[in-house]
Amino acid sequence: MTIEPTRKEAVITAPTVPRLYRARDRRMVAGVAAGVADHLGIPASRVRVAFVLLLGFSGLGLLLYAALWAVLPQQARTSGDSTRRDLGQVLPFLLIGGGVLITQALLFNSVGAAATGGWLIALVAVGAGVIWHQSDPERRRQWSETLPQMPWLAAVVDESDRRAFLLRFIGGGVLVATGIIGVVAVYAPSGDIGAVVNGVIFALVGLFGVAVVAGPALWRTFNQLRAEREGRIRETERAEVAAMVHDQVLHTLALIQRNAGDVKVVQRLARGQERSLRNWLYKPTASPTERFAAALEQAAAEVEDTFAITVETVVVGDRDTDERVGALVAAAREAMVNAARHAKVQTVSLYAEAEPEQLSVFVRDRGAGFDPSTVEVTRHGVRGSIIGRMTRHGGRAEIRSEPGTGTEVRLFLPIARVSAAAAPGRQS
Amino acid sequence: MTDNPTPTDAPQALRVFVVDDHAMFRAGVRAELAGRVDVIGEASTVAEAVSRIGALEPDVVLLDVHMPDGGGRAVLEVVRRTHPQVRFLALSVSDAAEDVIGLIRAGARGYVTKTISSDELAAAIRRVAEGDAVFSPRLAGFVLDAFASRSDAAVADPELDQLTNREREVLRLLARGYAYKEIAKELFISIKTVETHVSNVLRKLQMSNRYELSRWAADRRLV
Repeated sequence: MTIEPTRKEAVITAPTVPRLYRARDRRMVAGVAAGVADHLGIPASRVRVAFVLLLGFSGLGLLLYAALWAVLPQQARTSGDSTRRDLGQVLPFLLIGGGVLITQALLFNSVGAAATGGWLIALVAVGAGVIWHQSDPERRRQWSETLPQMPWLAAVVDESDRRAFLLRFIGGGVLVATGIIGVVAVYAPSGDIGAVVNGVIFALVGLFGVAVVAGPALWRTFNQLRAEREGRIRETERAEVAAMVHDQVLHTLALIQRNAGDVKVVQRLARGQERSLRNWLYKPTASPTERFAAALEQAAAEVEDTFAITVETVVVGDRDTDERVGALVAAAREAMVNAARHAKVQTVSLYAEAEPEQLSVFVRDRGAGFDPSTVEVTRHGVRGSIIGRMTRHGGRAEIRSEPGTGTEVRLFLPIARVSAAAAPGRQS
Repeated sequence: MTDNPTPTDAPQALRVFVVDDHAMFRAGVRAELAGRVDVIGEASTVAEAVSRIGALEPDVVLLDVHMPDGGGRAVLEVVRRTHPQVRFLALSVSDAAEDVIGLIRAGARGYVTKTISSDELAAAIRRVAEGDAVFSPRLAGFVLDAFASRSDAAVADPELDQLTNREREVLRLLARGYAYKEIAKELFISIKTVETHVSNVLRKLQMSNRYELSRWAADRRLV
């Protein structure tokens, strides 16, 4: 009992003959010949020659080709997607086709009305095929979902292949029109050219009228489609925001709830999350290894994270970093660390300004303060990491502090005129 | 503008109106300011704010930058036309340059962030009520950046489009976190003079047509 169904399945899924598709990767015109060849298991060139030879029978080859083109589904997209056609390869078949036609004309001397009619109908079929097949079936399905009444119009909005669409649409339209006019001309009872020309003019006037009537509706649909497209873009953005909120904010909130008793931890978490959200919302992302402002902001963020304080950072102007600017940032970082450690306050102000001739950094707190003349010996950080570092790189450091009113560390780094001129040039 | 200074030790109850779309924040401000100023009303939408401010005529409006239907800017533009005596202090979590500069140019007399302490907020409200300007350190930084003396920038009106050296010094100290009193001490001038400098900067910020002021945010994005 259990064996039978599996056997049946195996029979069904066994790859016997490839299904009839339009080939995507080895196509020359629309992939019909290659698809048929795959299905029959013969070389594609033979099928192509057969199509071309059938042209001789009142354009039967063309008609057949157009019919298959319209009916056959396109092969599913494969990974190595090379849909580029080599038009040079089409040439031999065009030559063969031309030869067949000339031979036919010479042998039978004249082309009968029936033959011409067949040709023209084939022409109409090809034109219609061009219009219908100027896009993937998947995309057409998508269009018809968004716009049930006019799926084909959606192609106009898709800007990526709008030009190709227009070219093909117009080309197809011309083919169809030519074919229909030809058929009318051949089968017209009077057979005189004037009537045909009149007919063409009437047809054009009719088309114009249709355009005038349908125009507003088309425009509305066009706008509707564009709005739908914008909606999709917004949806993508919303998804990005949702991901951000989910990955970071919810995580932080969970941590805050778990550590609700520990004020320091809560503050640190909240501040870190705030900074990351702000960066995400407002700041251009500059690399801390390249730009002065970004490097300072990163140093301030590190101090905030380590000591659970707030560093009010204001940076005016910017420039590229080098070794000396790096030293300035390191000294500023040390000053912030000192303030965080010893000042016993929640907020430290960091202000930096990049001027053409010098960079200045000010780190200020309203904390405990100290008497510089007495404490400097024990504070190795101040002497070595701040004052020493600045003088080594040709800058200077001033430390102003008074017990009770707070401390301000002022750092100055003169910069050469040449490199200063390069910095604004890069910005503009 | 400063013809009627209020003594800081005996503050008269200023009538303050709070506009913010977050009820939690309005309640927080109300609680923080209790006893310092008189919060006479609040509004959560632009339309509500416009009608109630017009009816109540408060001394100072605390204005949120980001709200539906045009934000604080929409409130400013309507109320400034009908009630020019009402003063606005912008209060926001946003540090984006276009928000800050936009609100100031629409007529707000100051800008502080929502993380400000209640003491500082009360002081800022008093200052705005007296016709002075309130700059947060970050706003001072923005202004210094926007008015940076670039040799290639053409200056149409030197009186409006440039900052004096003194104004620049005051702004720098503001950006460094100095209070007005500390700035006065540092520069050996009176607090009144510091206030005058800041008010002048505010006027330039509102009136100047400097390219940077309109294009500031966009420039910032490009850097």
